[in-house]
Amino acid sequence: MSLETATQPLVEMRNMSISFGGIHAVDDASVDLNPGEVVGLLGHNGAGKSTLIKILSGAYQRDNGEIHIDGELATINNPRDAKGYGIETIYQTLALADNVDTAANLYLGRELLTPWGTLDDVAMEAKAREVMGRLNPRFQRFKDPVKALSGGQRQSVAIARAILFNARILIMDEPTAALGPEETAQVSELILQLKSEGIGIFLISHDIHDVFDLADRVAVMKNGQVVGTARTQDVDKDEVLGMIILGKCPPGATPGPGALSS
Amino acid sequence: MTDHTDSQTTQTTDTARQSELSVVGRFIKATELDTRMLGMIGALLLIWILFDIFSGGLFLTPRNLWNLSVQTASVAVMATGMVLIIVTRNIDLSVGSVLGFVGMIMAVTQAEILPTYIGFDNPFTWIIALAVGIAVGAAIGALHGYVIAYMGVPAFIVTLGGLLVWRGAAWWVTSGRTVAPMDSNFRLMGGGPAGSIGEIASWIVGLIACAAIVAMIVSGRRQRKRFQFPLRPVWAETFLGALGCFLVLGAVYIANIYYWPIGIVRRHIQAGLLEGEATTIFIGHGVAIPVLVAICVGIVMTFLATRTRFGRYVFALGGNPEATDLAGINTRWVTMKIFIIMGVLCAIAAAISTARLNAATNAQGTLDELLTIAAAVIGGTSLAGGVGTIAGAMIGALVMQSLQSGMVLMGLDTPLQNIVVGVVLVIAVWLDSLYRRAQH
Repeated sequence: MSLETATQPLVEMRNMSISFGGIHAVDDASVDLNPGEVVGLLGHNGAGKSTLIKILSGAYQRDNGEIHIDGELATINNPRDAKGYGIETIYQTLALADNVDTAANLYLGRELLTPWGTLDDVAMEAKAREVMGRLNPRFQRFKDPVKALSGGQRQSVAIARAILFNARILIMDEPTAALGPEETAQVSELILQLKSEGIGIFLISHDIHDVFDLADRVAVMKNGQVVGTARTQDVDKDEVLGMIILGKCPPGATPGPGALSS
Repeated sequence: MTDHTDSQTTQTTDTARQSELSVVGRFIKATELDTRMLGMIGALLLIWILFDIFSGGLFLTPRNLWNLSVQTASVAVMATGMVLIIVTRNIDLSVGSVLGFVGMIMAVTQAEILPTYIGFDNPFTWIIALAVGIAVGAAIGALHGYVIAYMGVPAFIVTLGGLLVWRGAAWWVTSGRTVAPMDSNFRLMGGGPAGSIGEIASWIVGLIACAAIVAMIVSGRRQRKRFQFPLRPVWAETFLGALGCFLVLGAVYIANIYYWPIGIVRRHIQAGLLEGEATTIFIGHGVAIPVLVAICVGIVMTFLATRTRFGRYVFALGGNPEATDLAGINTRWVTMKIFIIMGVLCAIAAAISTARLNAATNAQGTLDELLTIAAAVIGGTSLAGGVGTIAGAMIGALVMQSLQSGMVLMGLDTPLQNIVVGVVLVIAVWLDSLYRRAQH
């Protein structure tokens, strides 16, 4: 805990709430993230993980709550604002423009331009080859629209897009859902590398095994509320499963508003 | 006739698909030619040849081809904008009415308002009238775009409303009265012997176009080399360059051997502008100004669609609107800009058609929205969004116009013409969907 008080959190989401048509998708949730830290955000499907994180990435607008970045109140009303704070997101749906090629997707919204203000496709493709080469060395289909790519290849494109622009805060929503064992291992390696560069990472999954070994801390959500947060060294997998399924907070965790009061 | 058209297209696409390793397949791979576009050009040529046979050799004459190019110009201009609109999964049903309204505004500006201030046949009349028209067109497009993008009303409804509103407004400007004649400089935008650039200028334009084609191929090759991307074989590059130059110069040649009608030559002799015997003087029209305008619009729109951020966003938006939004792109503003461009293009098309008619009527442009949409769709623009090319839409406009003018030459009745056009449209889109399915 002394470490956390010494360094300022990179992101603090305080008392976030959002509801859709009377349903509280996220209810008074607070989570934080430090530089160089991986926080696993766990919970069942529909627990509110993706919704909470979409508020941070600017896709949804919150009803209540505050976002602090580097200790200062941040204004995030749309994805542009979020990117302005160095927040990059890999969405569960990947959010790729299916009909354009890999390079166009990597640079979507941040295209490289020639001195005349036109698209520098050749430079973008060259850079895309470099980045994709690091992530997925066998990837060769740079001219095809991404809709023609396999699930794993599409996922690599989405990941490459997020790390291409020196993100400070990375949100990964089920990043390995479509990947084989080999590519999953590559992503794990990538996460550790990014972490060592001081990037804060939110790792979202409904599968505890994906997350537990990579995360420094886990935050568990249930029915839109935070059950509790815990450092992975203080709890074991079974205890975290208990948090996910029952909402029961083990002794090693800090209970949140969603914790089962027993 | 339609049966022949579609069997030909099927054949072309089938061979392209099956011959991965055959001579044709290797040729297409090396030249990176778009097989779909080739199929469309093949269909166009077939239509032309069939009409020429059935009309007793009236179709493939310099005169008819020249007229065809002029008649196509107005719809071709609007089709380039319709591509962007359909690519983003929108539709614009109002372009014909906007054309009518803007044409009326331009006509009233030059025939009734400007003369009281700067007199008749002032050299600035045409440019002022055109500027007014473009400003009005842009404003109408901005209004449509704002309601669609920011107020969330579907484009189909907004432009269906626009179809009624602007047609009514066109009537309202002059209470239904036809406005004529147009300013003599303005009229040049409509073609005719005076509205063509003549033989020498046509050759010069043709040579410049050839130089541009060669320059594009060379610079493309240099770019690929710079980043060590695979290059096209030299013979393929040479072939493409030669083919491009041949087509350009061939078109110029045909425009140049369509000579002025003898009546106009006689009038020029009487007016002392020409000397000699009317029957011995042959003055080629050259490329018509409206055709040049349409080609310039096509080049600018292609540039916008493929070389700029705006164009990239348009296609991304059509492919996945949500993803484009999440990428931090202001999708509403992009949508609004597309409709502003459409308004401007309607104004340019209105100038061409008003100038050609030498009058503005309140029925002008009626049903043009359907021709424009049909041109874009025949040209390969997918109504599902995300796919389409400007050049394809312009060729689509040429296909539509060829059908119409060919049937007129054959002396077909108007109801039958409409039936044929309708059937061809459906068949063309059906073939296209077969082709796309076969590609995946």
